Amino acid sequence: MSDNIERISESMAKLSMKWLSAEDEYPDLSKHNNHMAKVLTLPMYKKLRERVTPNGFTIEGVIQTGVDNPGHPFIMTVGCVAGDEETYEVFKELLDPVIEDRHGGYKPTDKHKTDLNPDNLKGGDDLDPKYVLSSRVRTGRSIRGFCLPPHCSRGERRAVEKLSVEALAALSGDLKGKYYALKNMTEAEQQQLIDDHFLFDKPVSPLLLASGMARDWPDARGIWHNDNKTFLVWVNEEDHLRVISMQKGGKMKEVFTRFCTGLTKIETLFRDRGHAFMWNEHLGYVLTCPSNLGTGLRAGVHVKLPNMSKHAKFEEILTKLRLQKRGTGGVDTAAVGGVFDISNADRLGFSEVDLVQMVVDGVKLLVEMEKRLEKGQPIDNLIPAQK
Amino acid sequence: MAAMKNCHNDYKMKFSVDEEFPDLSQHNNHMAKVLNKDIYSKLRGKSTPSGFTVDDVIQTGVDNPGHPFIMTVGCVAGDEESYEVFKELLDPIISDRHGGYKPTDKHKTDLNYENLKGGDDLDPNYVLSSRVRTGRSIKGFTLPPHNSRGERRGIEKLSIEALSSLDGEFKGKYYPLNGMTDAEQEQLIADHFLFDKPVSPLLTCAGMARDWPDARGIWHNDNKTFLVWVNEEDHLRVISMQKGGNMKEVFRRFCVGLQKIEEIFKKHNHGFMWNEHLGYILTCPSNLGTGLRGGVHVKLPKLSTHPKFEEILTRLRLQKRGTGGVDTASVGGVFDISNADRLGSSEVEQVQLVVDGVKLMVEMEKKLEKGESIDGMIPAQK
Repeated sequence: MSDNIERISESMAKLSMKWLSAEDEYPDLSKHNNHMAKVLTLPMYKKLRERVTPNGFTIEGVIQTGVDNPGHPFIMTVGCVAGDEETYEVFKELLDPVIEDRHGGYKPTDKHKTDLNPDNLKGGDDLDPKYVLSSRVRTGRSIRGFCLPPHCSRGERRAVEKLSVEALAALSGDLKGKYYALKNMTEAEQQQLIDDHFLFDKPVSPLLLASGMARDWPDARGIWHNDNKTFLVWVNEEDHLRVISMQKGGKMKEVFTRFCTGLTKIETLFRDRGHAFMWNEHLGYVLTCPSNLGTGLRAGVHVKLPNMSKHAKFEEILTKLRLQKRGTGGVDTAAVGGVFDISNADRLGFSEVDLVQMVVDGVKLLVEMEKRLEKGQPIDNLIPAQK
Repeated sequence: MAAMKNCHNDYKMKFSVDEEFPDLSQHNNHMAKVLNKDIYSKLRGKSTPSGFTVDDVIQTGVDNPGHPFIMTVGCVAGDEESYEVFKELLDPIISDRHGGYKPTDKHKTDLNYENLKGGDDLDPNYVLSSRVRTGRSIKGFTLPPHNSRGERRGIEKLSIEALSSLDGEFKGKYYPLNGMTDAEQEQLIADHFLFDKPVSPLLTCAGMARDWPDARGIWHNDNKTFLVWVNEEDHLRVISMQKGGNMKEVFRRFCVGLQKIEEIFKKHNHGFMWNEHLGYILTCPSNLGTGLRGGVHVKLPKLSTHPKFEEILTRLRLQKRGTGGVDTASVGGVFDISNADRLGSSEVEQVQLVVDGVKLMVEMEKKLEKGESIDGMIPAQK
């Protein structure tokens, strides 16, 4: 060390460069309304700040987004993220209660079922296309052996991209496609991806930015889609991979079949290259945000329900069907022209088939109710029991 | 952050330099001009005692490629040691940014306001207001890109103690961002004192806005002529200001107030970060040395449209901004004129340049008003 740095380090050591206490460091969560803030007490923080995952992720990394984003009085955000697979183990004391609160009472001892066999889905091929305008299924996947977006280095992110490009390039038939790296797509390619509603942008949400997921943008980020534009993969956005199957109309079964087939093929291709997806029998598929654990699956339709949506019991019916509504711009948007995005509310504790079945059955019922209301008939005897 | 082993930096080392080196092909900032694989390779294995690494230094410059016309710095310090541990990167950047300042150069500090000649007679018909600002970092704490909540709160606590012991013309009050009333907030906005959570990605990508608004606040004296920002882009930002052209008075208050504050911090064994090479140590390398920006709002409607305006400013070692501050346009011919230099000249020298330069420009403005030529007044390069 040069003389100068020795002198500085000595004086730093003499001054009060001691480890500050938990009380000094504990965040002020008095204005906060998110899952992390509801759970993180001072004694819990005291314990967890002594720990670090093997990759160097600390409690500060987990909670920073929840500290920086106090939340909304009406929308309960999660307020924490994982930086690697081990986060969910090392910081169990915080994440188990957050998971339980977010996922309907899911206990630390519960087991999650994975079922990606589309043959197990009953029906779903006959949703009325006059009402159901489009169908879509998405999920996320994390690649074991790499840190997650809040914590990964450029080298890791590029390795995830490289593996993904190789694996996806091996797909064939209906799934044959092409990869478009964000940082060197042509203007024509960019315009086409925008027109197809495939292009994703650098995140602007402070929820994502505060957790460090947008670092080094657009390095190693990209979009892959098949030639038919019905199967799409985002690389290195909020998760290592986001996988999307979609098409116009109401043939959810076809969408789900392509989803399962494609996912399973991709999983095999990654395994062949020595990298499994992060999964365990308690949490299912491990993703960056605790809200996406389990299946990470959101299956939904854009459906016209102008009468139904004005019915006094609309919200209640959705809750009973274990569905949620969004506007057609996605989360946090409003419905336009009576068209709603209706999807499964659950992620963890139910299998993929279970969740898509709920969407298929629930939407079929909602469309029947819509038709009744159009004719001025009551729907009281159609109101379902709690699923 | 306390000095703990940075596991993640060791983990990153399993990737090669080529795999980790940032893509700077679209970039135009000081960091991108200097950083190459050789330097990155040398520095990537290091960290300061508090755990700041080269990737932390450069993150803001990687995330913000820059502007074709405005050269941003593209890197920050996380602590005092950053400037030593990452010398190979920061010395060339400092040299490029601060007019060729060499690693062996020494910086003079002169906060003796009596050394300023004149400055009390800038014509208030032209010079609407005068202001001097600087930053200070408190020894023993890491800097805003890296500090923890506990450290930031420690800085705030020390600052409140120091400032509340001031009296006379400096007697004032502290307003924590996290507890001001609506009325207080409106008054601070009306006085143009309130600072907001940074929105510039240059700052947010460096991590300076973490935990906002925890331990951030504003202190000002009862007279509203001396203001301190706590825990914004630097530990402290100190501002002296008043209407009119009495820069000498503004600078006097600046020097006296700063020195009083420094005494109090020293008593608590937390003096300001300073060394004889870099002067006052601040978060951004562009603010090293004096960290001082002394400026006026001055009406120069004719001079500003003269073809030699830019050249005159350059020769006087001054820069212009709009009256909204950096990156704003001027309104009604009123410009913010301030010193361009920070490192390699003292506070007195920099304020002297402003005082002399503005005096000259006001004379030029008056000549142009009368339709006379200013060719005989164009200065030599200072």
